[in-house]
Amino acid sequence: MASKTSKTKKTTKTQVNGTDDEPDLIRTEFEYRSFQSEHVDHRELELKDDQLLDMYRNMMLQRRFEERAAQMYGKQKIAGFLHLYIGQEAVSTGAANALNVGHDSVITAYRDHGIALALGMTSNECMAELFGKIDGCSRGKGGSMHFFSADKRLFGGHGIVGGHIPVGIGIAFAHKYKEDGGVCLCFFGDGAINQGSFHEAANLASLYRLPVVFVVENNQYAMGTAVHRASAETDLFKQASGYSMPGALADGMDVFDCYRAFTEHIALARENQPSLLEVRTYRYRGHSMSDPGKYRTKEELEERKDNDPIIRLKAYLLDKELTTNEALDDIDDDVKKEVLESVEFAENSEFPPLESIYEDVYVQEDYPYLGQSKN
Amino acid sequence: MAELQFREAIRDAMVEEMDRDETIFLMGEEVAEYDGAYKVSEGMLDRFGPKRVIDTPISENGFAGLGIGAALNGLRPIIEFMTFNFSFVAIDQIINNAAKIRYMSGGQFKIPIVFRGPNGAAGQLAATHNTSTESIYATLPGLKVIAPSNPDDAKGLLKTAIRDDDPVLFLESEVMYGMKGEVSEEKDYTLPIGKARIAREGDAVTIIGHSKSYWLALKTADMLKEEGYDAEVIDPRTIRPLDINTIVESVKKTNRCVIIDESNPFASISSEITYQIQERAFDHLDAPILRITAKDTPAPYAKNLIDYYMPSAEDAHKACRKVMYLD
Repeated sequence: MASKTSKTKKTTKTQVNGTDDEPDLIRTEFEYRSFQSEHVDHRELELKDDQLLDMYRNMMLQRRFEERAAQMYGKQKIAGFLHLYIGQEAVSTGAANALNVGHDSVITAYRDHGIALALGMTSNECMAELFGKIDGCSRGKGGSMHFFSADKRLFGGHGIVGGHIPVGIGIAFAHKYKEDGGVCLCFFGDGAINQGSFHEAANLASLYRLPVVFVVENNQYAMGTAVHRASAETDLFKQASGYSMPGALADGMDVFDCYRAFTEHIALARENQPSLLEVRTYRYRGHSMSDPGKYRTKEELEERKDNDPIIRLKAYLLDKELTTNEALDDIDDDVKKEVLESVEFAENSEFPPLESIYEDVYVQEDYPYLGQSKN
Repeated sequence: MAELQFREAIRDAMVEEMDRDETIFLMGEEVAEYDGAYKVSEGMLDRFGPKRVIDTPISENGFAGLGIGAALNGLRPIIEFMTFNFSFVAIDQIINNAAKIRYMSGGQFKIPIVFRGPNGAAGQLAATHNTSTESIYATLPGLKVIAPSNPDDAKGLLKTAIRDDDPVLFLESEVMYGMKGEVSEEKDYTLPIGKARIAREGDAVTIIGHSKSYWLALKTADMLKEEGYDAEVIDPRTIRPLDINTIVESVKKTNRCVIIDESNPFASISSEITYQIQERAFDHLDAPILRITAKDTPAPYAKNLIDYYMPSAEDAHKACRKVMYLD
């Protein structure tokens, strides 16, 4: 229950280095607060009742989708790497609800199913991509790690740790250049923050004042390496101060706190103020499907599951009498059905035709591929 | 025709395209306030302002990736590497993002970007500043690679590269920036990507050379001419896609081929051209194809060693005489 598991840790340290015109430009104060259900009021966060139910449904969808994907992996319907997001759903959901989806942009790493579904990509196109089928969101050319949607402005799904972060600031650069008011959310994991690409991108973004939010989804482990074994500074958000931008911390197991933090940081980005948001979360499953998980104890995992973001939202909804158990059961059934249908859709979709291997490499349609011509 | 330096031809191409299309911007180290490390972008900051001509910190991985993201989101960036030797700290951006994002997205996104800057050996700079990168980048599907040898080709091809919807690597040369040549004054002058240029017609032997090697090929042909032989000289101009048809047609006529390529020899452009010729014109060859390349070592610093390291017209001349069975 949310009220039992919530904790509040607050540390405040303010270092203002701005001029009178730009007060609080550099903020190092942060607050790590986990809303207790009796202390939060979603209306103060400007969340509507209906929206909460949509959020609940989407978080359930992300979870059930991936549970089914894991099962399909076991049945060898899905191959390659499959990195599950289970446990982290509050982050994607909080983010997507704070964004202007279809106008703002998102780029992320390889653990990308959750954000794709949160942005409104369909279960069908996502499951079909995992199956490597032509109706997949990347036409069967990307797989689990490379979900894309021009429609939802999801610019991937990227498999090289940290390699997409400079691309994220470029997307933000174009928003600013075109003056279209859009921002870019650039997600990456706690492992990626030690890559040079993050530091180059952070410096450039702050130097050029780009409308980007760097979101480090700290799920505690880079594959099997715990944060304290990888980062000399384990408060990852503090990296922001090296680049003269705000850094802050949010509770990634609490969808309200995620929504609040994303809303604040997106607002900063809209004023061309980049920032670094660390979201502390936890993945329940292994790094990928072949992870024996020897780097953590069963007790740690169980303790974390007690803080489950979906259970907490459910408790809130019932506590505030915004819904009933029966209505939530109906949502669960509906989600289960949607996921099963997506498996059927993926099964029935065709594999990409062999000649499609030469499609989507270049925009140029008559590119002379070696070995393509029969003569 | 107007006589322009190579650097001026490149500048003109960028200026004309930026006048035409506001989504084009130039970004790189020292391109704006310094007027370009090699003065290629001289005056462009004054003309276009700091929104479109942008200095970067020394941060190639960062700004190469920035360019790719900007291209994904509707702009047409020109990213200048001070030299392509420095592109290696951005190579993940080029290999994994520029070349592959379109494919992995199932064609949902395009990346109309030009990475340009000097490539290849430029004198006594030792090993890290003398790399010929074309075979490294040309191996990657998703990229286009252009390496012009003269100001006219540079202008026409760069304008096309900027307009192209695919990522293009445009390889210039420090030692050619001051070279003068006639450049077309035709309005909106463009040249097609993927078309070789037959620089000189002949029937005795086909000599192929791109970028600086083209000039060695021409010198070699001059040496043969003095001996009474007409060599055909081909400048591929575009490395990827390679205009193999023009090369094969020439070899079918001359039955002999020598390739000059200042890359290191292993898995180089000359290796690839050789393979493709034997695949397409084996029965037309009267002699094995020979190539003159840089030595199979890193580039040295000492004057005598770097001279020895680089391919020469003298060596190419000997190779031509050999395939013509004159020696």
